[in-house]
Amino acid sequence: MKPTNISKPDYFHKVVDCQHACPAHTPVPEYIRLIAAQRYTDAYMVNWESNVFPGVLGRTCDRPCEPACRRGRVEDEPVAICRLKRVAADNKDDITSLLPAAGPKNGKKLALIGAGPASLTVARDLSPLGYEIHVYDENAKGGGFMRSQIPSFRLPDEVLDEEVGYITDNKAVTTFYNTRVDSLRAMLDKDYDAVFVGSGAPKGRDLPNLPGRKEGADNIHIGIDWLASVAFEHRSSVGKKVIVLGGGNTAMDCCRTARRIGGAEVKVIVRSPFADMKASPWEKDDAVAEDIPIVDNHTPLEFVIEEGKLVGMRFDKVRAEYDQKNRRKLVSTGEEPAFYPCDEVLVAIGQENSFPWIESETDIEFDNWGLPTLNKETFQSTNSQVFFGGDSAFGPENIITAVAQAHQAAISIDLFCQGEDLGVRPAPTTNLVSQKMGIHEWSYSNAVDNEQRFKVPHADKAAALGDRLLEVELGFSTATGFEEAQRCLNCDVQTVFSEALCIECDACTDICPTDCINFIDNAKEAELRPQLRMPAQNLEQDLYVSSDLPTGRVMVKDEDVCLHCGLCAERCPTSAWDMQQFLYQVTKASQL
Amino acid sequence: MSYIRPSFRHPNAEANTKGFTRQDYEGALSTLCAGCGHDSVSSAIIQSCFELGVEPHRVAKISGIGCSSKTPTYFLGKSHGFNSVHGRMPSVATGASMANRDLLYVGVSGDGDSASIGLGQFGHIARRNLNMSYIVENNGCYGLTKGQDSATTDIGSKSKKGEPNPYEPIDLCALALQLGATFVARSFSGDKEQLVPLIKAAMSHNGFAFIDVISPCVTFNNTAASSKGYEFARDHMEATGKIDFVPVRSEITANYPAGFSQEITLHDGSVIHLYKDGKLDCTDRRSALNAISEYSEKGQVLTGLLYVDPDSRDFHNIQQTVRQPLNSLAEIELCPGSRALAAINASLR
Repeated sequence: MKPTNISKPDYFHKVVDCQHACPAHTPVPEYIRLIAAQRYTDAYMVNWESNVFPGVLGRTCDRPCEPACRRGRVEDEPVAICRLKRVAADNKDDITSLLPAAGPKNGKKLALIGAGPASLTVARDLSPLGYEIHVYDENAKGGGFMRSQIPSFRLPDEVLDEEVGYITDNKAVTTFYNTRVDSLRAMLDKDYDAVFVGSGAPKGRDLPNLPGRKEGADNIHIGIDWLASVAFEHRSSVGKKVIVLGGGNTAMDCCRTARRIGGAEVKVIVRSPFADMKASPWEKDDAVAEDIPIVDNHTPLEFVIEEGKLVGMRFDKVRAEYDQKNRRKLVSTGEEPAFYPCDEVLVAIGQENSFPWIESETDIEFDNWGLPTLNKETFQSTNSQVFFGGDSAFGPENIITAVAQAHQAAISIDLFCQGEDLGVRPAPTTNLVSQKMGIHEWSYSNAVDNEQRFKVPHADKAAALGDRLLEVELGFSTATGFEEAQRCLNCDVQTVFSEALCIECDACTDICPTDCINFIDNAKEAELRPQLRMPAQNLEQDLYVSSDLPTGRVMVKDEDVCLHCGLCAERCPTSAWDMQQFLYQVTKASQL
Repeated sequence: MSYIRPSFRHPNAEANTKGFTRQDYEGALSTLCAGCGHDSVSSAIIQSCFELGVEPHRVAKISGIGCSSKTPTYFLGKSHGFNSVHGRMPSVATGASMANRDLLYVGVSGDGDSASIGLGQFGHIARRNLNMSYIVENNGCYGLTKGQDSATTDIGSKSKKGEPNPYEPIDLCALALQLGATFVARSFSGDKEQLVPLIKAAMSHNGFAFIDVISPCVTFNNTAASSKGYEFARDHMEATGKIDFVPVRSEITANYPAGFSQEITLHDGSVIHLYKDGKLDCTDRRSALNAISEYSEKGQVLTGLLYVDPDSRDFHNIQQTVRQPLNSLAEIELCPGSRALAAINASLR
């Protein structure tokens, strides 16, 4: 293998699994250390700079970081990264003085359509640069689907109001709430220099052809619309018996909301097997904990109507079969259809993009799935003036993805407005600093903590079910937050190897608790991997290879389960190993 | 400085035939200097015991005084141990072995402990052929007292202080051979491929198994002009041959190249395979002594297995001692009473 080029930002970036997995590449270990140091405001600002909505995400993020967490590869559970983010948000001081002010006007005007996470991120990134930013939304408050679809018992209004406010209170931003945009043409005619479409995926999927759908229409609702009507207090009750169709997070929000506004017997009925459901595992757990049975392997056959009224639903029992390519097919078991009585049905089987308001003469092209044709890197549409981001760009994802896309769209909008080449993307900023404080002392806590993941306390169940606005998860106390923070392995503190200093004494090989380090004759990667002291079977994790050492061998380190404990560097007599903190930050428009 | 090793190990780490993982053979975190060769030797002992499937509670580790003699704290944390007086490890090992011949005895000593203050004891334990592995971690200096030249420092070798050593060195392997040791080997802390099979063979040998391990002192004796530094050892090592240790009960598989030039079956049925080019016959004491001096004259260090007597009779055989450990004997056997005494007395009349 060729020696690893550690000067390329991507190498060490990939070692920080959580940050690498995060769409916005939030420097997770960096803010976890700040939490452990009780520097909650600083931890919050590290987050805010990167993901814009730390308080919201600390409660509702899909957490792609957690399955990636290295801790999950050496023990059962990853670090509770999402919960720690909330600790920072809950315990920070007033941060208003730390927020960037509007920059001196540059004479350019932008329209952002929709006030969800994508548009708000664009607004935040561009407001310090002097743009005049107009945000349009049909609702009375900003937040988009964070407000309309995420119930208050998961995300209190105050938290959302606060973080939306940090953006919309900026003098550069003008909001046009209660203003539905019905025509992109009209927007373009208003002399905006660029338009950003962050209108989400607003159309919930229906079952229009299922027998009984029309007759029962009064008691059959589209999940996301129903959630919005509860959130905006147009609806405050539901039938006693409720069936929720679907297995995603929206279905979980629907059933738990129904439990709080009168649903005594709420069931989730889903086509797929329980394990295949799209909902996050913790959301399924929370639903089950609120006495909501999840009935899997049931495909809806019909809405049963008696005397013009919905009385229940009939389902075909199925089982999942997987072909050689692991594609799933649901096959009827041939049993009698199952009948479940109900008063109301909530259909939460997915959502789609819908752009009836974008006219064809705007030159915006759409693909066969109704999604706009975009440059994947710049988020620019076929009308060079119009940019997309969030769910409206590539279909429904999640908040953190919307934020990550919007950061890039903001850069593109700025480059576009300044007449520069959109294809030349700014490089990330990186910093690599030794953590050495003394011969055997580091400026990070290198001891590996043995605690198991801490559970987050919940509000009293009866109280929570009685009040739609009462937040269920209480968040970690600062004491538990500290303990959970200690579980972080500090994967951003990199093991940096200097060939010229190595005397090949084997001290690092001997001390390494997880046998990551090898001194071995060089070979091709496929030959090296099985030859290591512990064969490197996780192909997603790189091998760190040195150039030739005096004995002709090379140092090969399997990054897979390195604990970043620093013992290799402590036991190295010549400091050939050093622990160096690597900070990788995605460049934002405001830094251009 | 970290005094606690993380408790996590590689998730794919496997257990040995006895159900122990390598972690079960570890000890406390070393407090020796970073880069000390001794830590590598400890690691090789851990690896050897793990691979042999030795039960940790059936091992006794014994040492004297010195940096080397501290190391039993850093391996086999669940085994018996005795950190004895300077140079007196052989006496303690002899006593322990006499009392309980069923344990596996591992002695760890240094060049000061064995070649200076303990030279007398070393000589006698070798000629008595006590059943133990005796490992000398030889760094050619007194590291614990700031790096003075030791009795094994080669003439002209310079430690960190910079003065060439004026005295003749003691070659412990040659000495052990002359005194009748039945297993003699030399190795280097930085070459575990050689050291681990040697330790395994030594532990399987019935009798006194001596390994002189060149184990550099990074702090005081790893200079360019030292003959016990990492660089010198690597540049001047000549192995008697690649060694493979095949423990008893394990099937001989074709994992090693065919054509080994010497095969030695040990007392317990395990086999040593040697792949070597030279003329050395590892079962001939004189051949070993000649080879050592031959290489020494060329300024090289001969490593690997030097000599083994597969028919070795250990101290218990020679003494015809009772087969069981003393702690398993009942009072009636230990103290047979006046009638037995009378019988002995009568036989002498």
